[in-house]
Order: sequence, then structure tokens, then C-alpha cells
Amino acid sequence: MAASRDHLSTVRHVIVVLSGKGGVGKSTVASQIALGLMHAGKKVGLLDVDLCGPSIPKMFNVEEKDIHQCPEGWLPVYIDKEQRLGVMSIGFLLSNKDDAVVWRGPKKNAMIKQFLSDVVWSNIDYLVIDTPPGTTDEHLTVIENLKSYNPDGAILVTTPQAVAVGDVRRELTFCKKTHLPIIGIIENMSGFVCPCCGEVTNVFSKGGGESLAKQFSVPFLGCIPLDPHLTQSTEEGRDFFEAFKGSVAIKALQTLIQRLILVDENLP
Amino acid sequence: MYVDNQSNKSEVVKGNNSDYIATMADVPDNAPKLCPGTRSEKAGEAEACSGCPNQSVCASAPKGPDPAIREVKERLHSVKHKVIVLSGKGGVGKSTFTAHLAHGLAADPNRQIAVLDVDICGPSMPRILGVEGEQVHQSGSGWSPVYVDDNLSVMSVGFLLSSPDEAVIWRGPKKNGLIKQFLRDVDWGEVDYLVIDTPPGTSDEHLSVVQYLSESKVDGAVVVTTPQEVSLLDVRKEISFCRKVGLPIIGVVENMSGFICPKCKNESQIFPPTTGGGEKMASDMNVPFLGRLPLDPRIGKCCDEGKSYLTTVPDSPATHAFIQIIDKIVKHCQANEQKTETETGEMDCS
Repeated sequence: MAASRDHLSTVRHVIVVLSGKGGVGKSTVASQIALGLMHAGKKVGLLDVDLCGPSIPKMFNVEEKDIHQCPEGWLPVYIDKEQRLGVMSIGFLLSNKDDAVVWRGPKKNAMIKQFLSDVVWSNIDYLVIDTPPGTTDEHLTVIENLKSYNPDGAILVTTPQAVAVGDVRRELTFCKKTHLPIIGIIENMSGFVCPCCGEVTNVFSKGGGESLAKQFSVPFLGCIPLDPHLTQSTEEGRDFFEAFKGSVAIKALQTLIQRLILVDENLP
Repeated sequence: MYVDNQSNKSEVVKGNNSDYIATMADVPDNAPKLCPGTRSEKAGEAEACSGCPNQSVCASAPKGPDPAIREVKERLHSVKHKVIVLSGKGGVGKSTFTAHLAHGLAADPNRQIAVLDVDICGPSMPRILGVEGEQVHQSGSGWSPVYVDDNLSVMSVGFLLSSPDEAVIWRGPKKNGLIKQFLRDVDWGEVDYLVIDTPPGTSDEHLSVVQYLSESKVDGAVVVTTPQEVSLLDVRKEISFCRKVGLPIIGVVENMSGFICPKCKNESQIFPPTTGGGEKMASDMNVPFLGRLPLDPRIGKCCDEGKSYLTTVPDSPATHAFIQIIDKIVKHCQANEQKTETETGEMDCS
């Protein structure tokens, strides 16, 4: 246990990306936060605790990589030469990408504990944790194990429609019950700009995230529009910040990242 | 993008398959040789068990299959067809599809349809079917489901919560207990189709549903996906799961397949099928492809308002696509029924 304490205690900030609803873009937001912080000069770790549906390796195009073990523990997969962004996911441990991880709770918990204790995050500024949808085993285990490390809090991702907002309300209750601070709510897929005529269509309606934030008096971190370039980047594992510099979604992401950096710099 | 610069001392961590994929077998991977299996009559008492750290657990646990499996079978005897809607990925439209499958089936007033929502942490069914805030009543014959229409009933954990903010923060065993109750204790009456909506993933809820239904005949699973690879990745895992647990697959539905701009009528791929989409995945995995549902903002709106898209916008491409897919599912189930009839018929002759 002594050794495990060391790995996480070198991490300065821990951010958990949560959502009660699936497919709202948790992994996309988590990966873009990690990339954005890296571009802002921070050292970042990204931990994917979605054991049944790991998406992070695909989003960085590192699906084929392996986890290496050294005497200190497991080494994350670095996506850049300077080793400023390290990634850990169960996806690296599967020998075939179609294999299903059919595990019940206790086994998932053991794996997450191992991820939290055994991965060698050497002196990173931010650890971003991507979670599966829901309020169950994975989430409880992550939060229980992080308690002694004072996580900065959770970013809740939602899409604008009422069905998704309904699930995110439950996630807010979950954060309150588990005493996890809430950094804020982000509304993803907020409107689609037609590439031909520029018409904005609210494919999944609009404003649900903002009104939820108001209702629960938690900060609203902004809207990320539905941008096919962003989906394309995550599909191809490209760096969205470099590939599509002028994109509308970048602006929204950058505001979010500035906010997270302020948290860092306000500290003594 | 990836740079391999690990230290020389490092070695690759990679589990063998059996280590990472729990099977339905009841012999644990790390059990002693000749382990009789945890559910065997001899569990904890066989020769091989002496010295096993789990001996006392095995010896004291109830033997044989869970009696609930039998009870579920008896309860669901009055249900003709059971269809499970699955997807490895979240937010692809499982609940939307489940609701519209139910609406579409219920369009025939001679059919009785039931919907069971086993998404314990994120129940969406009450809202999508427009029965939020309703209560479940208990009677001598079990829990009465909530009726959306004369021939459409639904059961969800959402009806058991006192407020829409209330979170169900449960670990696996507790979720399994509720699923067991849903399958065993709900008084559905005579039902033609029971459609089961599931949460994303391949974990507790899915294993429990399959396990409890193992003796009740399930027609199969409809797997929902969106076109992009990030989603297909998880859906392939779900298909592997179905194969592993012996759940037949009725087919794959691709949702959010292309978006037609309401102004210029040009189609854009919001979720681009970079690897060929659901159809290619289905043919690669050798499962039937049931069809594509276009992304229509009105579908989401209908779900938010608890209305049926099929009757609200009866003359749209998405409605036609829905109806075609529902027809295929009905045909599959009817073929299943005939097969069983001939099988039982043969048995009668012999």
C-alpha cells in the first residue's frame, strides 16, 4: 500500500468526468480536456475506467499498444514524444479488440483499484478520469479510492435533451451523496451547423444543460456544438486541436480548459 | 503519434484471454484442479476442495441453480415473445428504439405489449413513454406494471423513485436483486411481446437478465449501434457477449445514420461511418442487419415529450425505417414460434 500511495500523491489535480447517461461524449470530453491541458504545457494522465466499453485507446489511435511493467508499477502509454500525455485503459490489455469484458462488480472494482494504485504517473499536473455511464460499482470504487487524495472534482457531461438531463440530475445527486465537488456541467452536442448552408439545427434540442446548472446552482462550463470534425478526429485518433484549428468546438473547449488551468494557478 | 520509449527493463503486461473474460462457467480460473464447480452438488465437499480457500463458501452456499430461474420461467409463461435490446455503447438510442418498437408493435390492437427497463441507474423509459411520476401498485398476484395504453404496459425502477433527482447508487448484487424481482414478481398478464431495455455494457445487469431468463425462451437480442467506429468497437464486444452467453441475435440496427438539414435538404454524416458503419460490422460479425434509422431531431423531441414518433410524424423516412425494422423483428419472432410448434409437435408424435 505504501508504494501505491506514492503514485497518486504525485498527481496535483484529479478531475473525474462523469455522466449518468451513455453516449453523451464523456470520453470525447475527457480526451479533449487531456489534449488541451497538454497543449497548455501541462503534464497530463488520462485513466479510462470504462471496463466494458473502453474508447480512449481508439480516440488516440493507440489501440495496438501494450502496457509495460517496470519495478515501480505499470507504465501508461504515452502519445507524445515528450511524455506529457500518458493514457491507461483496459483496452490495452485485451488481446482482441472484439473481446468482451464480461465482469460483474467485484472484478471490475479490483481492476480499477489496480489502475489507481499501480500505474506510474510520474509527477503529472492533471489526472483526468473517464468513467462509464451510471452511478454504480465503477464510480463508487473510483471515488472511495480517491478520497484521501482530495480530487478537485467532477465535470458532468450532458446532451441537451430532457432524457439525458434526467440522468445527469441523478449523477448530481450521486456527487452530493459521495461528497465529490462539482467543477461544473458541460453541454455537448449542442447544435449542428450544416456544412452546406450554415443553418444551425438543434438535433438534440438546446439549453438543457444550462438550465440544469442553474437549477442546482452549479457552474455551467459551456456548450460544445455538434461538430463533425470533432467526431472525425476521435474516430481517426488525430489531435483535434492541431487538425482543425479554426473549428467552433475548439473555442468552447478552450474556455473550459482555461478554467481548469485557473484552478491550478490559484493554488499556492 | 505514439512513441515507444519505455525502459529496457519493462515487460509487456497482457493477460491471456481467459483471465480477462469471465465465462458463464462456474469453475473459477484459479480453482484447484478437479474443482467440481461452484454450483455443483459437490461444491465444497469434493476431494479437490480440501485446502481451497473458498471451500467454506462453496460448502455453505445453496446448491444447484438459483430457484428464481424456475420462478421466472413460470411467471413469464404467459409471455409469448421476449426481445432484449442491447448495445455495448451508451446513448446510441436503445431506449428510443425499445419505446418505438413497443409503440410499433402496439399499433396492432390485438397485440399485448410489455416493456421492462432494467437500466437501474439511468431509467429513461418512464419519460420516453410519457408516464413519468406514475406509481407501481402491488396486488396479490405481484407488482402491477404502469399502463401507457390499453395494450402497452411498462415497468421501470423510475416508478419506484420518489423524485426525479433521486439516484440509485447501487453495486452489482443489489441491482441483480431488483432485476430478479422485476422478472419474477411483475404481473404482466397475457403478453405477446416483452421488450427488455438494458443499460450499456456487458456487466451485472446483462448477465443477470440472461441468467434469470435462461430457462424461459428468449427470441433474441436486437443490437443498436451508431455508425461511427468508436461505437462499433463497443458493439462488437456486445455481440461477443451474446455469443458467449448463448443469446441469439435477431440483428443489428444502425441509429443516427445521417442527418438531413431541414433547410437545404442536404444529408451530412454527423457520426461518420469511417469503417463502413453498422451494416459492414454486421456482415463482418456474421449477424443480420435490420436497417438504418436516420437522425431526425423530431425523434429526440418526441422522446422528451413522451410521445410516439411513429404517430406524431407518420409520414417521414424515419417512421418508414422504423416500421420496416419492426416488421423484420416480428417475422423473426413468428418464425421462432413456428419452429417451436413443429418441435413440440414432433415430440407429441413420438
